[in-house]
Amino acid sequence: MTDREVVIKLRGIRNQFGRQVVHEDLDLDVYRGEILGVVGGSGTGKSVLLRTIAGLQKPAAGSVEVLGTDVLNADEDTRQKLENRWGVMFQDGALFSSLTVRENVEVPMRAIPGLDPQIRRDLADLKISMVGLQYLAGDKYPSELSGGMRKRAGLARALALDPDIVFLDEPTAGLDPIGAAAFDQLIRGLSHSLGLTVFLVTHDLDTLHATCDRIAVLAERKVLVTGSMADMLEVDHPWVHEYFHGPRARAAVPDGPAQGGQKGD
Amino acid sequence: MPFSVPPVDGSGTLHLSGRVTIRTVTALHDHLRDIEISALKRIDLSSVTRLDTAGAWALLMLRQKPGAKDIEIIGASVEAASLLESVEHALPSPESPPPVDGSLTARLDRFGRRVFAGVMFVRALTGYLGIFLHRLARAVRHPSEFKLTSLVHHCEEVGLKAVPIVALMAFLIGVVLAFQGSTQLRQFGAEVFVVDLIAISILRELGILLTAIIVAGRTASAFTAAIGSMKMREEIDAMRTLGLDPGMNLFVPRILALLIMLPILGLIANIAGLFGGALMAWIDLGISPAMFTTRLVEGTAVSHVFVGLVKAPVFAMIIGVVGCHAGMQVQSNAESLGRMTSNAVVTAIFAVIVADAVFSIFFARIGI
Repeated sequence: MTDREVVIKLRGIRNQFGRQVVHEDLDLDVYRGEILGVVGGSGTGKSVLLRTIAGLQKPAAGSVEVLGTDVLNADEDTRQKLENRWGVMFQDGALFSSLTVRENVEVPMRAIPGLDPQIRRDLADLKISMVGLQYLAGDKYPSELSGGMRKRAGLARALALDPDIVFLDEPTAGLDPIGAAAFDQLIRGLSHSLGLTVFLVTHDLDTLHATCDRIAVLAERKVLVTGSMADMLEVDHPWVHEYFHGPRARAAVPDGPAQGGQKGD
Repeated sequence: MPFSVPPVDGSGTLHLSGRVTIRTVTALHDHLRDIEISALKRIDLSSVTRLDTAGAWALLMLRQKPGAKDIEIIGASVEAASLLESVEHALPSPESPPPVDGSLTARLDRFGRRVFAGVMFVRALTGYLGIFLHRLARAVRHPSEFKLTSLVHHCEEVGLKAVPIVALMAFLIGVVLAFQGSTQLRQFGAEVFVVDLIAISILRELGILLTAIIVAGRTASAFTAAIGSMKMREEIDAMRTLGLDPGMNLFVPRILALLIMLPILGLIANIAGLFGGALMAWIDLGISPAMFTTRLVEGTAVSHVFVGLVKAPVFAMIIGVVGCHAGMQVQSNAESLGRMTSNAVVTAIFAVIVADAVFSIFFARIGI
């Protein structure tokens, strides 16, 4: 594993709001081409971590390196270049409400000099189709779409410039199980065909099981453990054990927890 | 390095190189459009360093052309091949949206629908007025259901807190009227009539009308925003399931507060306006405050005050009903909240001015 290229490198991150420390001395590596799932209890700062990497939140201490660039100390131009190489999908899509879905997907492409408007429109239609939306959805406004469709449209916008990394914040929250499963499959498929590195924050054990190559558990203000689903089942920490062996986990991973349970006995 | 596409070589192969991405796709697409399809057999990607979805799209669009189906794409890396495959799979098949019918009947139909929607809007407003009156009557019969605390709170919000802005506005209007009136009346040597001008225009029309417009801007929007955000978060539905009537709990205290406070604000505006007029008349025309008062009492009938203030409850009702109705139309998204809030202000101001015009005609007819 160590010979793989590290695309996101966090060292000694410290985030605090007032006196409340969310992260303390947090380290994390994300490798190229993998799907990393970040889990943790409510209030452990999963979304804050995502915002820190994407440069929306400045940590009190530590360093963030994405694709070999120091995010915190980069100048305007370098940052701009870097931002074109990652895409962020927010929880409810965060689409611009005054633009249609197609125009939303076109927004990042407008920064490309000399891109023909007709080609831009066609490429936006292609992205909309790639995330599994119907062609006519491109003409609709975000308020006319269901929650699942808005998430897909948000993903299409995040993918507009073929980024190296996408950040997904709770991609399946608020979707019905069928929609969530379809979204899991979509992420897996796109990650494979576009060679994406995916950093996803989730609560959904099914998503972890279905899509993630590696899982990072946030607890006690740092990344407690990282590893595959099988590794997680072996971890002794009470919260991690409860999370991956609870009744919901048993439903998501039919045979895994049984083994873990036997080992624990 | 500028992107360039080399000509097709003797064996019918197009060698692409470098980065074939969204940044170069316009050049590539233009080039592929002009290319002689029959001369092209295969496209070689072996020296392409990066291919993204835009590049893959351009290559696949070429194959969509008639007679271009058999063009091979060779030398693609594993990633590029997988990308080409998934892009090909996802190529959208454009469906045209339903065409807009431009015939005369369709136009008439749309026009009719708009008129109908307008009529239904007025009907809905009347319905809300009915709800308010009904709940008010109910509150009189069952005083225990009435929320006095809420009424007092809204009286403070719509009345007391509006006093400074209303007084300042009326004061300035008085100043402007005196100043403009004096320049005109001085030409005829009739400066003293500036008192009548100020008194009649402020007491009859401007005092209450401008107060109502300011209150419409401040309060109708506040009502819509408050009720609308409750509607958005399903608080109104929760109230209903708990047996609390939104009409009684939300509309009655708000509209009643306006009914009580708007005449008071109108009176304050009248006083402030006369004060501003008197001040300016004194400075500009040398009409002393004592002379102003004498002229005011002698020359202006008390009926002017009555004509002005009798409109206040009607304006209050319009502003309150429009604000509450707009709030209840908010849907579960934030855009509709913003849209309905600005709609409420526009509708309320417009309706207040229309009502004022109707009052003017009415009073002119009956000769007051």
